[in-house]
Amino acid sequence: MPLNIRTYHDLTDADVSGLPEQIGAQRGRVAARLAGVGRVIAVMSGKGGVGKSFVTAHLARALARRGRPVGVLDADLNGPTAAGLLGAGRAALVVEDDAVLPATGTDGVRLVSMDLLLEDGRPLAFRGPAADRFVWRGAMEAAALREFLADVAWGKLDRLLVDLPPGLSRFEELADLLPAPPPAVLTVTIPTLESREAVRRALRAALARGAEVLGVVENMVGSGFAGNAGDALAAEFGVPVLARIPWHPGPDSWDRLAEQL
Amino acid sequence: MKFLCVECDRQMSFEERALPGDGTLAAAFRCPKCGRVVAMLTNPMETQLVASLGVKIGGRTLEEQPLETIRGTVATGRAEAFEEGTGDAGRTAGVTWSAEAQERLGRVPGFVRGMVKKIYAEYARDRGIAVVTPAMMDTARTELGLEGM
Repeated sequence: MPLNIRTYHDLTDADVSGLPEQIGAQRGRVAARLAGVGRVIAVMSGKGGVGKSFVTAHLARALARRGRPVGVLDADLNGPTAAGLLGAGRAALVVEDDAVLPATGTDGVRLVSMDLLLEDGRPLAFRGPAADRFVWRGAMEAAALREFLADVAWGKLDRLLVDLPPGLSRFEELADLLPAPPPAVLTVTIPTLESREAVRRALRAALARGAEVLGVVENMVGSGFAGNAGDALAAEFGVPVLARIPWHPGPDSWDRLAEQL
Repeated sequence: MKFLCVECDRQMSFEERALPGDGTLAAAFRCPKCGRVVAMLTNPMETQLVASLGVKIGGRTLEEQPLETIRGTVATGRAEAFEEGTGDAGRTAGVTWSAEAQERLGRVPGFVRGMVKKIYAEYARDRGIAVVTPAMMDTARTELGLEGM
């Protein structure tokens, strides 16, 4: 004889675990922490090796030099470079009450990066059952991203730049974690056809999430890379080429880019 | 999640959480009518999945610590990555550590040690416990759901 089992909602006593409420509280914590941030900008490409982190760091410095408080969240958890690029060294992060104070880099840029937390030369590794690592590793990284957003005392910022790793998954996680609207997107490409193809996939994913694409930064221009990816992407997506960064850019390159953001 | 005593058709009450070893997380529920107790056991992978969500089975009884998941689970974190600020030092003033508890705390990786120390000290303070001992640490670990700490 089949058991007569009622539904979850038929049982009216409290759900002590309250997992949806706990997840909701996490989202609320992200929203509260970012309440003082004027705009979150995801620096993305979909392609590795195009200089996203380099662009992010120098753009942040240019914004800071213009007196605009700026933060950098290094979302490349497995290949973190922001601390090095921004000269933050290896100072300990101070835990104060319910938050961690961000490190301070060159020109006063506030930042957090796995670079600051890991042993020298060691990869990001989590404790847990090794045999099933593929099941939980992605969830752990998403949790780390959430904590970088929610648990760092970002304070009042004009811009928070999120330096994304290659690929699309971290952007999707970021869009899921942030309160609406999704982050604005600044995309970085090099001139080549291969870069264009990877970047256009990333931009389509961003647009599918409802993100505003601010424009294209074409990096490593005049360095021997052939192609017109910057112009082609701008035309295809109806967005401007905000900057063409030469192989050896000077401060004026970054200042011009900062003026537009 | 809710547990139903099918025989009594009554929702069971959360009883306690336990960490019996080998990565198992146990959550026990009791039927308020017949008194039957059942325990849900998660295997190590399932325990890890729960931990990765930053949630606590049986409910969160401890305020979330900053970078709690990162500090509690990263195996390659450097010992000097964090420095406890002075802002809430007063909240654990008056709580002392037995030599055995200090020795045990010393075995905790430096990356997470500051957070673990704060959690145990606050647990002691909230309950009027003057001295942190290994026995108290065991009780707190189970009661607070400090999987992996």
